[in-house]
Amino acid sequence: MTENKKNNNNFSFTKENLLLAERELKKYPKGREGSAIISILWIAQRQNKGWLSSDIIDYIAKFLDLPQIRVMEIATFYTMFNLNPVGAHHFQICGTTPCMLSGSEKLKSLLREEIGEQSSVSKDNLSWVEVECLGACCNAPVIQINDDYYEDLAVTDLKNIIDDLRSKKEIKPGSYKDRLSSAPDNKNIKILTEDEIEEIAKNRTKPGLEAKNA
Amino acid sequence: MSKKILINGKEHEFEENLTLIQALELTDIEVPRFCYHDKLSIAGNCRMCLVEVKGAPKPVASCHFSLSDLRPGPNGELPEVLTNTDQVHNARKGAMEFLLVNHPLDCPICDQGGECDLQDQALHYGINKSRYKENKRAVDNKNIGPLVKTTMTRCIHCTRCVRFTSEVAGTEELGAIHRGENMEITTYLEKGMSSELQGNIIDLCPVGALTSKPYEYHARPWELRKTESIDVMDGIGSNIRIDSKGSEVMRIMPRYNEEINEEWISDKTRFVWDGLKTQRIDTPYIRENGKLIPVSWDIALTLLTKLIKKTDPDRIGAIAGDMVSAEEMFLMKKLMEKIGSNKYDCRQDGSILGNQYGRSSYIFNPTIAGIENADAIVIIGSNPRMESPVLNARIRKRWLTGNLSLYVIGQEHDLTYDYTFIGDSPKSIDLKNIPLSDFKNIIWLLGDDVFLRDDGTIILSQVIDCAEKTGSIREDWNGVAVLHKYASRVAGLDLDFLPQDEKYCAKKMASSSEIELLFLLDADEVDAKNKHTVYIGSHGDRGATNADIVLPGACYTEKNGLYMNTEGRLQETNRAVFPPGDARDNWKIIVEISKRVKKSLNYTNFEDVRAGLRKEYPIFSNINHIESDTFHGLDQLSNRKQKLNGNAFSNTITDYYLTNSIARSSKVMGECSMQKNSIEIKNG
Repeated sequence: MTENKKNNNNFSFTKENLLLAERELKKYPKGREGSAIISILWIAQRQNKGWLSSDIIDYIAKFLDLPQIRVMEIATFYTMFNLNPVGAHHFQICGTTPCMLSGSEKLKSLLREEIGEQSSVSKDNLSWVEVECLGACCNAPVIQINDDYYEDLAVTDLKNIIDDLRSKKEIKPGSYKDRLSSAPDNKNIKILTEDEIEEIAKNRTKPGLEAKNA
Repeated sequence: MSKKILINGKEHEFEENLTLIQALELTDIEVPRFCYHDKLSIAGNCRMCLVEVKGAPKPVASCHFSLSDLRPGPNGELPEVLTNTDQVHNARKGAMEFLLVNHPLDCPICDQGGECDLQDQALHYGINKSRYKENKRAVDNKNIGPLVKTTMTRCIHCTRCVRFTSEVAGTEELGAIHRGENMEITTYLEKGMSSELQGNIIDLCPVGALTSKPYEYHARPWELRKTESIDVMDGIGSNIRIDSKGSEVMRIMPRYNEEINEEWISDKTRFVWDGLKTQRIDTPYIRENGKLIPVSWDIALTLLTKLIKKTDPDRIGAIAGDMVSAEEMFLMKKLMEKIGSNKYDCRQDGSILGNQYGRSSYIFNPTIAGIENADAIVIIGSNPRMESPVLNARIRKRWLTGNLSLYVIGQEHDLTYDYTFIGDSPKSIDLKNIPLSDFKNIIWLLGDDVFLRDDGTIILSQVIDCAEKTGSIREDWNGVAVLHKYASRVAGLDLDFLPQDEKYCAKKMASSSEIELLFLLDADEVDAKNKHTVYIGSHGDRGATNADIVLPGACYTEKNGLYMNTEGRLQETNRAVFPPGDARDNWKIIVEISKRVKKSLNYTNFEDVRAGLRKEYPIFSNINHIESDTFHGLDQLSNRKQKLNGNAFSNTITDYYLTNSIARSSKVMGECSMQKNSIEIKNG
């Protein structure tokens, strides 16, 4: 089980984050500020380089006037919250069915080779973890690195990404197949002329309408 | 609104606000359940209570299904619920199979064995072999304090314990972390629990995940003899069941009584039993050359007889302790009167609360169940959480339903509910300070500690005055409530076990040289400095240490006796085990002394004693009855022109776990006290 490692520094929100957090609080009625807990934990996690230490849990419990165990329950329930330190680039690889069928197992073994075991931070400050469905199944296999999705990954693509990160190069988010978002492959896309469009429109039957007219 | 439904083909009518499981319970149909508990909120996560509702596509969880949601059939037929069909049985069997997937097969070494809900229900809904071939999950045990032992692998995640601690106990300490198969019940970072009611989660746990640490591997439920009795650790007289094996009390469990403790008991009540076995006085002692030496009953009583005869009756006094029964006080009073002394007191803590202002002035008039009808409570000089955790849980229960205004005059404590602090001294008891004009049923809760002050009775009269002005003393509601900390106090006041003259109150008697012979009837809280003291009691505590003659008596699990709780409700204890060694029933000891000094009390058996008591004090006749009364003589008080002093209220219970001689003898209570103190030191 994940243990909560104590951070030595006493955590408190920075000025900007405090403003953000207070804006979240305002969304809920008085006495129900505890409902803002997920947003508040998220703000705190971003401030603390991607993970929640136990002094953050204490701080947020006080901030929201909740018992610590209630904060802990939320923080452990959602996989978006990390209770252990993560690397500067945190890979969340989807291992659910569509991604698995499209080769996420191979990506996982590459990550294990390159970075190490799950939830451990490598020397060059990378870490990875397997997560449930990231909701981008049509672009499987998918890896989320920090805030962005990297889709349609082949093993070589992932290798390149890791190498680029190591050499501090920019990496390109989105699909690694030649396509836009989840549109068909670029090579299968044909741009129609106006005549062709008319032709199609002419040939299209409208059974519903015809039935009504008859 | 009532609603007609068909249950298994029979027509029934219920109130519409019931849930299905409650309705089924009313018709005596047993519905298996793990997570549902009628005193807790509904979770609906065990799926054991599934029933079939005609028209519903799937079985429904009856704990979560409201009767008002039942729809009539297409032709206006009555809604129909079925509980004994194959579908229901198979659904429950399926739920059970999932619960058993990860449940270990360690019943032979599990303390819950024999009283385990899972075991019992597996008899009806379990399948006889497992289809699960994978490894079962294993969970680390959690250390959550000296009272509750955890074996978390056995947990089926019903969350009753989590709901209990956050709803009833009011200390949100337990929670479920992680999710799915990794879900675990724990405290935050495995801190020890701090609630005074945490023992109840042992009863609530339907499996062996939470069991009693002190009772670990001590006995099996079917070996235990069960005796229904009353608790004497605090003033409310929780109903308990004493489970004993041979001559030993093995554990104490709560007994359901909606009027008093519902089904909860405090940790002191539950875990004090190891104190019943340690530090016991099992033979008479006399002091020779400054040392207590064990002697026979005859020698001790002969010496005592000599002492009594030698001493001027006017210089003999008696103090009754906090856990003695009405019969014992009655006999002690008779004995003192026969000897020719009227110096006796039942208020060893030095309280000045007498019975001169009528019974209503010293009982909890609104009754404990009446707390639920209150719309405002003013707590004066009391810390109910320490003085009576179960009663405090009742206040919290009322507070949770909303529209309750709580005011505190006295020390500020964490009472597990929100309140408005008015002030710390009796000067704040003024209607100008407390906004009470809009309320009908107001409770004025006065702590016992108020009467340790010189101006205690003035405070009482002021409170009664305020109560009258706010209309909280009416035919149907008397809001003046004195919360007693001690089990024997109300009976003592009813019996008039009080000195004629306040000069001879317990505290003064114990420290005056005028009293040469002082009887301490189970009284351990006074520091007796008299020439001779005789201790009649069960434990070698403060009382016995200074005594010249120690006569071994019985404690509350070893005797039959009548007790008045703080409401003035009569209840009785029953003997579960016999006193150890040569110890005798206290009533026998007192009667024997009376015979020896030739002032015989003519009682040959216990029934005689009780009959004698009831003849003189008919108030002790009806078990479970509260004799109501009014206030009188209060006008004298207001004439006396005494003034309130401005000193702040203080609370005398500094350590909840060590308030009487039995608790002080208990190792478990000692551990609790240590843990509590270390938590307090940590938190500064």
